Amino acid sequence: MAKKKRLKDLSLLEQIYLPEIVKGLALTMKNMFKPSFTMEYPEVKFEPGASYRGRPVLVMEENGDERCVACGLCSRVCPAIAIEVQANDTDKEKERYPERFEINMLRCIFCGFCEEVCPEEAIIMSKDYELAYTNREDGILGLDKLLVPVSELQERIQFLRKYK
Amino acid sequence: MPHFILDGKEIQFIQGQTIIEAAAKVGIDIPHFCWHPSLTVSGNCRVCLVEIEKMPKLAIACSTLASDGMVVNTNSVKALSARNAVMEFLLINHPLDCPICDEAGECKLQDYAFDHSVGESRFVENKVHKEKRVSLGTHVMFDGERCISCSRCIRFCDEIAGVNELTFINRGDKVTIDTFPGKELSNPYSLCVTDICPVGALTSKDFRFKSRVWDMSSTKTICSGCSRGCNVEMWVRNNEILRLTPRYNEEVNSYWMCDEGRLNTFKSVNADIRVNGPHIKRDGTLVKAGWDEVFALATSELKSYNKSEIAVLGSAFATCEENFVLAKFAKSVLGIKNIDFAKHEKPNSGDDILIRDDKSPNSFGAELAGIHPLKDGLNFQNIMRAIDEKKIKALYLVEDDLVSLDEDYKKILSKLELFIVHSSNFNSTTELADIVFPAATYAEKNGTWINFQGRIQKLLPAVMTVEMDRSLDGMAMSRLDKFGTEFDRWGKSKKMNARPIWKIITSLANALGTKYKYQTSEEIFDEMSKTIDLFKGLDYQRVGELGVKLNVTTLAKVKV
Repeated sequence: MAKKKRLKDLSLLEQIYLPEIVKGLALTMKNMFKPSFTMEYPEVKFEPGASYRGRPVLVMEENGDERCVACGLCSRVCPAIAIEVQANDTDKEKERYPERFEINMLRCIFCGFCEEVCPEEAIIMSKDYELAYTNREDGILGLDKLLVPVSELQERIQFLRKYK
Repeated sequence: MPHFILDGKEIQFIQGQTIIEAAAKVGIDIPHFCWHPSLTVSGNCRVCLVEIEKMPKLAIACSTLASDGMVVNTNSVKALSARNAVMEFLLINHPLDCPICDEAGECKLQDYAFDHSVGESRFVENKVHKEKRVSLGTHVMFDGERCISCSRCIRFCDEIAGVNELTFINRGDKVTIDTFPGKELSNPYSLCVTDICPVGALTSKDFRFKSRVWDMSSTKTICSGCSRGCNVEMWVRNNEILRLTPRYNEEVNSYWMCDEGRLNTFKSVNADIRVNGPHIKRDGTLVKAGWDEVFALATSELKSYNKSEIAVLGSAFATCEENFVLAKFAKSVLGIKNIDFAKHEKPNSGDDILIRDDKSPNSFGAELAGIHPLKDGLNFQNIMRAIDEKKIKALYLVEDDLVSLDEDYKKILSKLELFIVHSSNFNSTTELADIVFPAATYAEKNGTWINFQGRIQKLLPAVMTVEMDRSLDGMAMSRLDKFGTEFDRWGKSKKMNARPIWKIITSLANALGTKYKYQTSEEIFDEMSKTIDLFKGLDYQRVGELGVKLNVTTLAKVKV
C-alpha cells in the first residue's frame, strides 16, 4: 500500500501545538477589542437605507386624506396579485378614492412594481420589515394599516425622485 | 364585383360603399373616432386619413367612396405622419387622467395614442379647462375636458333614438357638448352614448368607478328585459355582475340596448334577497331545509292530490329547455292537463326601436316547448279562477312573480293547499308558498330563449352557483378568477345554493318513480330538436353566439 502523501508536512513548532494555541488566542484577543458588526436584534433594530424595499404603504396627506386615486394600476402590475382596490366616487377634486385597499402581505414579493407604476406617488415601499403574522387574515392589510403620514416617508420619496 | 387595393390587399366592395366601410366588412380596421357603422358620416376627427394614389391630397376613408381600381395606402409615410399629427392635435387638450377614467382599457384614444403618437407632448402651454363631472341626464356623466368632439353621441340621439337632445355649444377649442338649458339627456337609450363615445367623456353613472375593465370577465349572453332579447356582454368580477353592454347583432339589436335592460335586469342576480337553498314553510314562515328533505316533502304532497286538482304554471322567464322538461313532467309524471304560463305584457310600453310590450324574454319559447293547456285543460285565467273556486288545490309555479302582475292574485293564491314555487328571489309570491326551490337565474345557467321574431338565442352562465366551477364549466374567467385561491378575500365570492329548473324537475321526477336522465341543458335541447319540428337540425353549436331564426312560415301557424 502506497504511503498517503500530505499536502504539507507539519513543522516541528506546529507539531508541538502550544505555540499555535497562543497564536489563535492572540487573534481572539485582538478581535475582542475591535468594534462589533453584529446587531443585537431585536433589542437593537436595523435601520435600512432609503433604497430598502420593505412593506408597501399608502401615503397619507397632511390633512389626513389618502393620496391614492384608486386607479388600480398597482393592482394590475402586481405580479403576485397581492393588491385589491375598490374605487368609489368622491366630491373632492380627484373624483375617485379607494373605498377599500387591501394588500395581501402573504402574496407580496416586495418587487416594488406598485411603487414604480403609481402615477400619484401614492404607494411607497416603507422600511418596515417586521412582517410576521399568526393567521392568514392578519396578513391582509387594509387602509387602516396601510396609510402612513407623508412626513414619515420623505426619505424614500426623495430617493425615488432622484433615481426612479 | 368592383374592387380596390388596400395596403396591397384586394378588397371587393358594393358601389356606394366608402373605403372604411368596405374595409370594415372584411375585418380591416382603419383608425377612426367619429365614424360609426350605424351612424351618418360626419368626417370631423380626421384620423382616418389615407393616401390614395393619383389624388393630390390625403382623403378621409370614412367619406371617400371606394371606386374600382383605387389604390389606397393606410400605412405609407405620408398617411402615418398625418395620423400622428392628428393624434397630436387631439391630445393637446385631452387631459392625462387615464388613471381615474372609466374608459381606460377600452378607449380608442388610448389605443391610437399607443400606436400612432410619439409618446411625448410638444405642447407646453396650459390645456383648455372645461367643466368636468357634468350630469347630462339620470344615467350619463359628462367630462368636457376628455371630449374630442367627434359628435357620435349627438348623431346617435338624432338618428337612432330619434330625439334631438344633445348638441355642440361654443366654438374652437371651447366647443363642448350640452343639452338645451333645462332639458336632460333622458331618452330610453341614453346609455348607448357611453358605448359609442370613443373616449371617456360620456360614462355611465351606474358603473362609475365600479371596476377597471381589465379586472372583469365578459360573457356573451342575452338581456332578459323584454321579448327583444338584445344580445349583450355580461361583465363579472368576483362572481358579481357589474354591467351589461350591448353586443352587435344586426338582426336583433344592432349596436344598441335600452337603459332599462342595461341597468335593471341584472340587479336581481346580485340582490340580497336571493333564495339561497330550498325553503319549507313551517309555522307560517319559510325556513331553510335540505334538498333531500324538500324533494321528499314535495313528492309526498304532490301524490296526495287528484290529477284534476293540480295545475302547473311554466314561465316566460325560464329557458325553452326548462319549460320543455316541466311540460313533460306535468304531462307524463303528474298526468295533468292544466298547464299554462302567465304573460307579462305592458301595453303601449314598447316603441319601434327596440323595447317591446312583452316584458318576458321567452314567451314564444315557453309556448313552443309545450307550456300550453292540453285538450280540456284550463288556461292561465281559468286556472286562477279554479283556484279561487277551490277546484284546484295544488299549484306548481316556476320562476314567476304572479302577485307582481295583479295584487288580487295574493288573495287567490292564499286559498291553495299546496303551493310549490321555483324562485330566484324572495318576493310577495314566495311569501305564500309552502315549498320554495331556489332557482338559478338566467345568468347562472345554459339554455335558450326565443325572442318575438322567432329567433332562438343562447344564454351562457356568467355567475357561479355553489354547484358550478368557473374553470371546469368553461365559463369566462378574468385574471383574478384564474389565479384566485380560497385564501384570497376576492376569491371568496358569494355563491348561491340554487339549481336550474330542469335539474330540480329531473330529481323530482326520479323521486316520483320516472327516470329522467338529463345531465346538461344541452341534452334536453337535443331531445327537443328531435321532437319539435321547428327545432329540427338545431344544436347549441348551430345556435351559436348570434342565434338562429326559426322557420318563419311554420312560425305563423303557431299561436304566440
